[in-house]
Amino acid sequence: MLDQPRKENRRKFFQTAAAGTALLTLAPGVRLVDLAVAKDDADEVTDNTRWGMLVDTSRCATDCDACVSACAKEHSIEDTGRPDTDAQWIRKVDLKDKKTGRELSLPLMCQHCDEPPCVDVCPTGASFKRADGIVLVDKHTCIGCRYCMMACPFDARSFIHEKLSNQRSYAPRGKGTVESCTFCVHRVDKDQAPACVEACAEEGHHALVFGDLNDKDSEISRSLAEKSTRELRPSLNLGTGALYHGL
Amino acid sequence: MLTYHTLQAGNRWYLVLTAIFTLVSILGFVAARYMEHEGHYVTGMTNQIVWGIPHVAAIFLILAASGVLNMASISSVFNVEDYKPLARLSGLLAITLLAGGLLILVLDLGRPDRLIVAMTTYNFRSIFAWNIFLYIGFAVVVLIYLWVIMDSRFSKYVKSVGAIAFSWRLILTTGTGSIFGFLVARDAYDTAIMAPLFIAHSLAIGTAIFILIASISCSLNEVRISTDLIRRFGRLLLWFVLAVAYMMTIHHLTNLYISGHYNVERFILKEGGIYTWLFWGGQVVLGYLVPIMLLVVGKTLIVPRVLFASVFTIMGALIQIYILIVGGQSYPLNIFPGYEVIGGWYASQPGNYFPTLPEFTLGFGGIAFALLITIIGLRVLPFLPSQFKRDSTVE
Repeated sequence: MLDQPRKENRRKFFQTAAAGTALLTLAPGVRLVDLAVAKDDADEVTDNTRWGMLVDTSRCATDCDACVSACAKEHSIEDTGRPDTDAQWIRKVDLKDKKTGRELSLPLMCQHCDEPPCVDVCPTGASFKRADGIVLVDKHTCIGCRYCMMACPFDARSFIHEKLSNQRSYAPRGKGTVESCTFCVHRVDKDQAPACVEACAEEGHHALVFGDLNDKDSEISRSLAEKSTRELRPSLNLGTGALYHGL
Repeated sequence: MLTYHTLQAGNRWYLVLTAIFTLVSILGFVAARYMEHEGHYVTGMTNQIVWGIPHVAAIFLILAASGVLNMASISSVFNVEDYKPLARLSGLLAITLLAGGLLILVLDLGRPDRLIVAMTTYNFRSIFAWNIFLYIGFAVVVLIYLWVIMDSRFSKYVKSVGAIAFSWRLILTTGTGSIFGFLVARDAYDTAIMAPLFIAHSLAIGTAIFILIASISCSLNEVRISTDLIRRFGRLLLWFVLAVAYMMTIHHLTNLYISGHYNVERFILKEGGIYTWLFWGGQVVLGYLVPIMLLVVGKTLIVPRVLFASVFTIMGALIQIYILIVGGQSYPLNIFPGYEVIGGWYASQPGNYFPTLPEFTLGFGGIAFALLITIIGLRVLPFLPSQFKRDSTVE
């Protein structure tokens, strides 16, 4: 709790210092207006909506990876046989409680933080958060420095190590840039659920609930009112959009 | 009256060194082009170890760049006249080593062709973006500094410009350390001591490199640096190595005290395999103990011992930076405290990193490029002194 005001002060300091530096610096291409106006690629996206995902680990089956397969199919993520360098937007993790021995399984992906460290550290602003909470990478300004991967607390980002083929027009990807789960933004913007959520429901597990956290009548809000949940790495105060039940 | 000369072109070693540096630089560019064309899968870097050998070489050069300027600062800012003959070389090396380091960083980018994006699109909340300004500003400030110390018309500005350059280098190294210090997600970093640690590191690396390069370039011109001056450099190096060892000790002891960071310490100090071996054998023994022994044992400090201490300091520093960058990433993120990961997530185990030839070639290529433009600089402008003060004592 004590960390929050300190964090706010730090952000204010950086914002003030940034504005001062911009005023003093006549570097080419520095746009002063950008400092005052948040980057927002889609005008109609507002913070009236806050997209989030509830992961109910009590419903997540250990031997099921439908969410991973659906994500790979949706975004044309191919297996090259090199797992260390292949992209992984979502992965299934099997856990065992060290004290009780209880075993559980859950999906791990970009947590779409309110205060995303990847966005903070990105030198060009390619990593950005939409007003509705979805964290994305602008593939046109990503220079492939991988600092966001160093900063991500959830190992959720992938660097594209080799040439890609069979790309989807709605989810462009590129060698030499970084990417991660987009919450299937192309589907969400058409009022559809992310591919992983749909696949989980089709398997009959219903372990993933996606929706607007700001809407009290949404399914996710009603589920959150009934179930105790927690963020991953809560000590970092990131305000993640993904919340886990049964962990 | 102090006079300066360019590097003599007739010397056989000048030609040999220039040829070697040119060849390795070209190989470095070829390696970078290969990595860009094929993609980074041809390197040992992965989605867990995202920064590897190129970053070790780049950080080493950037730290060295700010450290070598110390020699000029001692002369201009702290009025130590004995250092004045080598102030020009100090300034030149600050720029060339920085250029080599930045070149490696740029060529290792996933999209090096987007350098113009990096130079024109900034996120000022990123310490990385701040560093771009700090690096460019440093090069400009040092260029102005070189101008005022080489042009007698501006000699009255030497001290004030020198003070700005000195302050800038401290801020620059603070920025470089903060690249790691601000990484709250990783237990191996996330500490404010990274900034002073990097400053101490830069002073030790810079002094060691300066001792070697100054000795070699003066001998190419058949000018002998006074033994007194080398001894002074050696004593300075001793203090800087002690400072690095002290900061490192504090860093590890603090982490051992913090329960959340205990496991990362156990990894580096005891159970980390190659990283543990490198820490005790490379960083502590080669990097700290051997140079300290060479610099303190014996009645008089002789020149070869200072030179060897410099070599070991550089080796230890490279190993230390490797452990910091690669070892720090190898230690897995602790996303599920209280749970054992029994499947599905390969990065829950310490990451493996097997650097490949293109990475080494790029790293060495950047170092060779820095040395190549140094030797060209020495050849075209009078950076090297014609003589030094005579030794006060005869060995």
